Amino acid sequence: MGYIHSLESFGSVDGPGIRYLIFFTGCNMRCQFCHNPDTWVMEKGTEYTADELLDKAERYRSYWGNEGGITASGGEPLLQIDFLLELFKKAKQRKIHTCLDTSAQPFTREGIFFEKFRKLMDCTDLVLLDIKQIYEDKHLLLTGHSNKNILDCARYLDGIGKPVWIRHVLVPGGAGASDEDQQLKELAAFLKTLHNIERVDVLPYHTFGVHKWELLGIPYPLAGVMPPTAERIENAKRILMIDNK
Amino acid sequence: MIEKKEWAGFQGTAWKEEVNTRDFIQNNYTVYNGDESFLADPTEATDKLWGKLKELQKAERAKGGVLDMDTDIVSSMTSHGPGYICEEYKDLEKVVGLQTDKPLKRAFMPFGGIKMAQESCEMYGYTPDPSFDKIFNDYHKTHNQAVFDAYTPEMRKARKNKIMTGLPDTYGRGRIVGDYRRVALYGIDFLVAEKKKDLARCGNGTMTEKVIRLREEIAEQIKALGKMKEMAAIYGCDISAPAANAREAVQWLYFGYLAAIKTQNGAAMSVGRVSTFLDIYIKRDMDLGILTEKEAQELIDHFTMKCRMVKFARIKSYNELFSGDPVWATLEVAGLGQDGRSMVTKTDYRFLHTLENMGPSPEPNLTVLYSKRLPDNFRRYASYISVKTSSIQYENDDVMRPVWGDDYSICCCVSATQTGKEMQFFGARANLAKCLNYAINGGVDIKSKDQVGPAYQPITSEYLDYSEVMAKYDKMMDWLAGLYVNTLNLIHYMHDKYYYEAAEMALIDTDVRRTFATGIAGFSHVVDSLSAIKYAKVKTVRDESGLVVNYEVEGDFPRYGNDDDRADDIAVWLLKTFMNKLRQYETYRDSEPTTSILTITSNVVYGKATGALPDGRPAGAPFAPGANPSYGAEKNGLLASLNSVAKLPYEYALDGISNTQTIHPDALGHSEEEQVKNLVMAMDGYFERGAHHLNVNVFGTDKLYDAMEHPEKEEYANFTIRVSGYAVKFIDLTREQQLDVIARTCHGNL
Repeated sequence: MGYIHSLESFGSVDGPGIRYLIFFTGCNMRCQFCHNPDTWVMEKGTEYTADELLDKAERYRSYWGNEGGITASGGEPLLQIDFLLELFKKAKQRKIHTCLDTSAQPFTREGIFFEKFRKLMDCTDLVLLDIKQIYEDKHLLLTGHSNKNILDCARYLDGIGKPVWIRHVLVPGGAGASDEDQQLKELAAFLKTLHNIERVDVLPYHTFGVHKWELLGIPYPLAGVMPPTAERIENAKRILMIDNK
Repeated sequence: MIEKKEWAGFQGTAWKEEVNTRDFIQNNYTVYNGDESFLADPTEATDKLWGKLKELQKAERAKGGVLDMDTDIVSSMTSHGPGYICEEYKDLEKVVGLQTDKPLKRAFMPFGGIKMAQESCEMYGYTPDPSFDKIFNDYHKTHNQAVFDAYTPEMRKARKNKIMTGLPDTYGRGRIVGDYRRVALYGIDFLVAEKKKDLARCGNGTMTEKVIRLREEIAEQIKALGKMKEMAAIYGCDISAPAANAREAVQWLYFGYLAAIKTQNGAAMSVGRVSTFLDIYIKRDMDLGILTEKEAQELIDHFTMKCRMVKFARIKSYNELFSGDPVWATLEVAGLGQDGRSMVTKTDYRFLHTLENMGPSPEPNLTVLYSKRLPDNFRRYASYISVKTSSIQYENDDVMRPVWGDDYSICCCVSATQTGKEMQFFGARANLAKCLNYAINGGVDIKSKDQVGPAYQPITSEYLDYSEVMAKYDKMMDWLAGLYVNTLNLIHYMHDKYYYEAAEMALIDTDVRRTFATGIAGFSHVVDSLSAIKYAKVKTVRDESGLVVNYEVEGDFPRYGNDDDRADDIAVWLLKTFMNKLRQYETYRDSEPTTSILTITSNVVYGKATGALPDGRPAGAPFAPGANPSYGAEKNGLLASLNSVAKLPYEYALDGISNTQTIHPDALGHSEEEQVKNLVMAMDGYFERGAHHLNVNVFGTDKLYDAMEHPEKEEYANFTIRVSGYAVKFIDLTREQQLDVIARTCHGNL
């Protein structure tokens, strides 16, 4: 059984084509800009079996065409790697395209996790990998965690030739601001060393999730930070040399 | 076989021997599978004329919605001299003809009801000629008077309490699409000769009521055809012979439509399926080297401009029902032929391209007859136009073609009709949500406290019991179905008698097939209410007299709109049950009963007249429009909602199942290219499941708020949104309706 926050039948920006989105609960990151803080606590999720989820997902097969499928998002799906593995294995048996949307925070090349991760990659068609900050110190401020293993995950995925879409949330303020030119250039330089990056998406920080923090009674760390301007978004795309065609 | 010089180069024989537009089209059209790169920009003439028309539209809005009105001329095909968009540019108009002598001036049309015609003038500060009062009351009565003469007290009460609403008893019933293409293909003289043959063989000499009536109707049609010729002559055109080239084909066809909108003020006055037909003429001229792409586009732009100018004088209560001045000049493109060929031609592109050349517009109500098997390029282009303009709707050709063939038109929002073969008795809708409250309260209306329905035993328990409610609801629906059908029978009898559509019927086969188009309002709320009673606990709240005036729901229940069969099965049951009840009654002129799940913007007014419901919807709140799930019910995203609607069987709702969805552009894809592609995928998937209709809006709620607060901004002057079955300029809606539109689900507004 897996703990699931919610399900969305129409995902069109989280992987190729139209996708069934499965939002896992549980996340160890505490990103200041998080728009789903209600997914942080794993036990607050609803329990589903893998087959239940796939039966639901398959009701939307007619919309998927040759591209669509399911995307595991969250939360951080890797925190429930056993369940995730079962889900993706069964999805592949049903010939469903699988996509993992992850921050890679739980990633390590050690122990049992790595063994499972390798198996997971055998049944994962695409990884959407968040790199939220290239600088370690600022990454700590922005998310409460190191980015060392995240960047290592990127290198590992490069090593095994797994297709990856990089996603970078553009936060124009706060202690871990991620829209500064130098940071973006550094990130671009890192991405250049990888060979498996099919696409880079800049996700502009937005405030639609602020009310969830209020509902949860947690002070919002980015109060007063405005979404980036169109000009800054273009700037980031330019630096990251995005050409998604 | 007859040969005419205007037909040079056209193939086929059957259509030459008798009127058969479909046969002409199938024998002569050229499929286009390419992309939109051939399309031409607007000509200077188009820019000038459209610029002028935009000024007039602005002036119309500034004057409170009506620019000018006739007060002393009764509209007919020949009542006015020629009219142009403006005197200065009249030679630039490639397609001519206005309803009156001035652009956007509304004609005086008393035959649906003299009272309403007078009221609409007075509402906008005009005084109708006092002699009309005497003429249309003392010398001759009008449709509205006739209907009210014959109504029973029960019908009046049901109408007053709005369990039946929007009935066409005060204005033209509309929804009849003449085959306007016939004017172009055959010319009037041929059509008159054919109708004269019909008259000669009408009956066997025994004068039954049926035969007498039909003979009189054919005679009226023949007269109307003569008038059409006179009308065209006013503009210097002779339409007795067929159109000889593309420009004439567009013009002749438009004259046919103009005849209809000069004589009838129906709610829906649709143009029909004309694109593939016109393409044959355009292609012939281009092959001959006498027409360029720019000129071809100009013809379509100018024709479309005329469709954007259609206006009728309406009264306040009408505007509340159908907000934003719609006329449903519905015009279809695309679709497949019975032989499997795509019917997409370059002119199908040209019609969609008018939304780029002249900006978004609610009219004509552009409708794509959709199939996954349409060419990829075309599906992509239509999707692109949706993303850009939110001005078009989609209807599933794959479910309609088996029923209506490959030459049907849409005669309102979602109602198919075989072009030139059928007519429709429009029947507005019955409020099934109110009917549920009647079942619970023994036929008493909670708002008026009137005993409107039969005084069956009310429910007296504190908590509602599903099987008890269902038994009582079934009985109350029996009553409503019978009353509703009979009320419509009466209305349409009178409409035929006092406001016969001679011009449109002249362009339809004499041996016409008739459908009897009923409708359902409050659909999603009944489904959710029954689900609440079945799966949760619903407590009744009673007033001092013991009437149930409110409900308290304890616990959760499945709602329609989440692809949950528990709720969706109730939806299917409701549709089938009501349709089967309607079928039990005799319908006027042997018409075939159909139903729609369609409310247009009247969901606001119907909701206002309906008390609280067991699904938790408070008294007076708007209904969800058409077959849409209720506001806030959709918890699993767009596709779950689409899947629920797609389960409704089209064969039980042949008059159409309207579904309107709004998607935030950010939720549709990162780039425009992705948005276009994803929308195509969503529609492919939806229609493949047998769904019937989709109105697609691509914008966010933020834009709606801004437009509501700043209607003066230039960018909102033509900001068009799809509501339920039609499109409307957002700033033309009442504030109440704007708020209703904003309250609807926008998929992807996180």
